[in-house]
Amino acid sequence: MARRRIAITGIGLVSPLGVGTEETWRRLCAGESGIGRITRFDASEFTTTIAGEVRDFDATKWIAKRNLRQMDLFIHYAIAAADMAVKQAGLDPSSGGERPDPERWGCYIGAGMGGLGIIESTYKTLLEKGPRHGISPYFTPSVIINLAPGQVSILHDCRGPNMSMVSACSTGAHSIGEAARLIERGDADAMLAGGTESTVTPLGIGGFCSARALSQRNDEPTKASRPFSASRDGFVLSEGAAILVLEEFERARSRGAKIIAEIAGYAANADAHHITMPSPGGAGAARCMQLALKDAGLLPEQVGYINAHATSTIADAIETAAIRAVYGEHAHKGLAVSSTKSMHGHLLGAAGSLEAAICALALRDGILPPTINLDDPDPDCDLDYVPHRARASQIEYAMSNSFGFGGTNAALVLRRAS
Amino acid sequence: MSADIEARVKEIICEQLDVKPEDVSEAKTFTEDLGADSLAIVELVLALEEQFDVKIPDDEVDKIKTVGDAVSYIKSRVGN
Repeated sequence: MARRRIAITGIGLVSPLGVGTEETWRRLCAGESGIGRITRFDASEFTTTIAGEVRDFDATKWIAKRNLRQMDLFIHYAIAAADMAVKQAGLDPSSGGERPDPERWGCYIGAGMGGLGIIESTYKTLLEKGPRHGISPYFTPSVIINLAPGQVSILHDCRGPNMSMVSACSTGAHSIGEAARLIERGDADAMLAGGTESTVTPLGIGGFCSARALSQRNDEPTKASRPFSASRDGFVLSEGAAILVLEEFERARSRGAKIIAEIAGYAANADAHHITMPSPGGAGAARCMQLALKDAGLLPEQVGYINAHATSTIADAIETAAIRAVYGEHAHKGLAVSSTKSMHGHLLGAAGSLEAAICALALRDGILPPTINLDDPDPDCDLDYVPHRARASQIEYAMSNSFGFGGTNAALVLRRAS
Repeated sequence: MSADIEARVKEIICEQLDVKPEDVSEAKTFTEDLGADSLAIVELVLALEEQFDVKIPDDEVDKIKTVGDAVSYIKSRVGN
């Protein structure tokens, strides 16, 4: 029996570049940065005072006022992104669509860290008011990660598989890949899949500051995320959500849905090397890319674009080496690679799904988004990174790489809708 | 004083459950009429405790089903 194909029919994005899919995509194509000074809390004592905050987000557009305080911001973002994706896919009954069979419609939405903001504020009220009055009865459901897919399932009546991948910065990619596998295997016909994150908080920023992982280019926020450049000095923490509607291809086609792109391949593996550093030469990442190509049944030269994980740290050169190892000559002849983190920063658990969404939009529109701030390329980073400006290029296949703390890797292959 | 307590209890109910003052009449039940789940009721009770500086034991909470129950319970505790 032929393998069931996976169509992407909806994309919902909440990002530092905008609340909305097309707004985010438009600004990415224009090479704009969403990075600015931290406004969420007083960060003046921290070594990093910049981040990619979501701006102009009005949660009451999606969530009843009385329910807002039952959820941390990462759940608000997930609800908003899921709603946008469902509407775009034409599966929202309130706007004339028809929902999939609830039993065959699930949610895999993950996050890297969960509700840090409410964990922090509740610990404060616990110390001030004691355990009876210092902890809201909603504390636990407001902070635990799987309440993102839990809340979304209630809103969209998704009674199929419901859980959260937790794999740091690979979370969003693993969520999409594993959800695609469910559909492939016939366990579901449609899935909401992706990641969400909101950790622009003292502990979220502070933890990465202490690990010396963040850029300290505080005076030039829009230039701080500079993947592959010699002067890169760490990543920029961002927040948001990216959620896709995945559907079994024939189902999507027969109902006349507009197919944005297909998920053609996926792989997951681990470095088994170090808690935060990639394995030497990027061996684990390379193996993951090879497995994803094999899963898609592709030769390396069929891939036209890679949305790199590249976070603006020393690991960018290691990913570059891994790409060279997998793609051989093609890495220098015809393969375009960009890190859109140069514009949206690093959304941790939502990064992989945002970048997969960007690959889908690149395939849809025939536009490769750029790597901005690449003024001084690192000599060890010698690929075509689509510097500064977006490029028109009608590619057939794109790959999205995601690597996370713990040595966890994911690679997705997307195909242009035909 | 007693009317004042009633007004304050209703105000807290409105605030906690995000309902309109005109919906908060004595006979309204928290769960069926005002849409509160068990966690919302716990939250409401904690807000009442803080406002009126009383401790409401869990077996008493179970008996508070309506707006009127809440008002008379608080009056009985604060009045004495």
